[in-house]
Amino acid sequence: MNSAPSISSAPPPPPAPPAASPVSGSAVRPGDRIFLGLSRGSGIALLVIMAAIAAFLTVRSVIAVSGDHANFLTYFEWTASGTEPKFGIAVLAFGTVVSSVIAMAVAVPVAVGIALFISHYAPRKLASLLGYVVDLLAAVPSIIYGLWGALFLVPHLTGLYSWLDDYLGWTGIFSYADEAPRSLFTVGILLAIMILPIVTSVSREVFLQAPKMHEEAALALGATRWEVIRMSVLPFGRSGVISASMLGLGRALGETMAVATVLSPSFLINTSLLDGGGGTFAQNIASKFSEADEFGQDALIASGLVLFVITLLVNGAARLIIARRKEYSGANA
Amino acid sequence: MAKRIDVSGLSAYYGSHRAIDDISMTVEPRSVTAFIGPSGCGKSTFLRTLNRMHEVTPGGRVEGKVMLDDENLYGSGVDPVAVRRTVGMVFQRPNPFPTMSIFDNVAAGLRLNGTVKKKSELNDVVEKSLKGANLWNEVKDRLNKPGSGLSGGQQQRLCIARAIAVEPQVLLMDEPCSALDPISTLAIEDLIGELKERFTIVIVTHNMQQAARVSDRTAFFNLAAVGQPGKLVEIDDTERIFSNPSVQATEDYISGRFG
Repeated sequence: MNSAPSISSAPPPPPAPPAASPVSGSAVRPGDRIFLGLSRGSGIALLVIMAAIAAFLTVRSVIAVSGDHANFLTYFEWTASGTEPKFGIAVLAFGTVVSSVIAMAVAVPVAVGIALFISHYAPRKLASLLGYVVDLLAAVPSIIYGLWGALFLVPHLTGLYSWLDDYLGWTGIFSYADEAPRSLFTVGILLAIMILPIVTSVSREVFLQAPKMHEEAALALGATRWEVIRMSVLPFGRSGVISASMLGLGRALGETMAVATVLSPSFLINTSLLDGGGGTFAQNIASKFSEADEFGQDALIASGLVLFVITLLVNGAARLIIARRKEYSGANA
Repeated sequence: MAKRIDVSGLSAYYGSHRAIDDISMTVEPRSVTAFIGPSGCGKSTFLRTLNRMHEVTPGGRVEGKVMLDDENLYGSGVDPVAVRRTVGMVFQRPNPFPTMSIFDNVAAGLRLNGTVKKKSELNDVVEKSLKGANLWNEVKDRLNKPGSGLSGGQQQRLCIARAIAVEPQVLLMDEPCSALDPISTLAIEDLIGELKERFTIVIVTHNMQQAARVSDRTAFFNLAAVGQPGKLVEIDDTERIFSNPSVQATEDYISGRFG
């Protein structure tokens, strides 16, 4: 470090006269070797851990599914003990997917709006304050959201539920029979609030990186601020927003404590999303695991494997969407 | 098609820093005017005041008047968005929209204006603009491919096609060849020669041979010292600037004896 100023100010010293053979000798330095070992070891460890988890899940799941006296995929009840265990994931899959879809539908548009406001509309001071708050929200533990959801959100949603029932009740999806709204819809809204910060935060980072030169290109053509965003910022940020949404969706699919706190679980699929009941994979595992016998645990693990597969499928689909238009992405600008 | 630009008493600021000071000049319609001068002398800043792009920079503001024929671009009721639809701009680095095809890039401005509705009409304007930018023959078979797949010189001509597609009155070019190789540069210079039949063109360049080759009038900008605002030293016919300028500083600069 001390020699740096002298190097920059003085011309480089002439090369030293060659020793017997300047290129011979040990080609591998200890630092290189240690770092190679560390990084290679980490890579291998990752593969081993992944394989171990997959093998564990698969073996225990096979035991569970082969001992199931009902159809594992379509059965509506969960009795994973006794001489004739009967259990199926239909209700859990339905609840998990529906609550996550509601969460995404509510959270992603709002998150993109907030992110654009922070990156392109808000004055600089307000933007940095908002960015800070959003990052702070992302760090709030999920049980806190769960408590807030159960004690504040649930009693305050009755008004919205009645309104939905009045105007959209005829669809059947939004009919509501004045009870405490501990339903999948409430879970969806709570999950939306929970994933909002992470989706916002990642989207904002992407929008901030949108190249100035493309924004100027749009401006110079006579684009308004919204048109600049539509022509240069959103197309650039598209894959980033998809990635951000996937991060959020991953959290929504796997969320346990907040769902368990808010939902009144039951093994029912209601046509109305506003009726209490239903369940999700993670919530079901958390609430049943401590009292389950060994076979009951296997059954829960099998449901966990299904959740794992759903998550993988969703991520794969997102990657396909991103790759399909790679040619047009901002990356090769 | 082309309009006269008449600038009087124009100063531009970044926050409290004055970047250019009290500039007045006239740019004739259907001519090429080149801005030359050392880096940091405010040529690009001045260029960006001509289509109100300067004020997009945080802290950027402008004092003075820019008349486009009879209309003051900085008048109280003037919409900067409308100004930029009248005064087109081409940038230093080619910047086609990477997510759009070649066709959509050229059509981008037309779709913003909403003037061209019919698909056939749009096709015609895109073809005409690409021909106008001497790019049609190279891209006519791949109009639906992304614009970012073209070479640098082709991308820059695509940007010129995009700018002229909306039929602006004035075309501003900010060092349009500085990122290009000599052959692409020549193609752009030839193009400038053709475009001046239809547009008023203002070009910023660091390349004095380029200024001598393409322009009818040349303006020399300079600054007294670092941190001082840039000033217009003189503007005259290009031939005169490069043979017998009236200010000593201009001669020093173009002959390489500056500082």
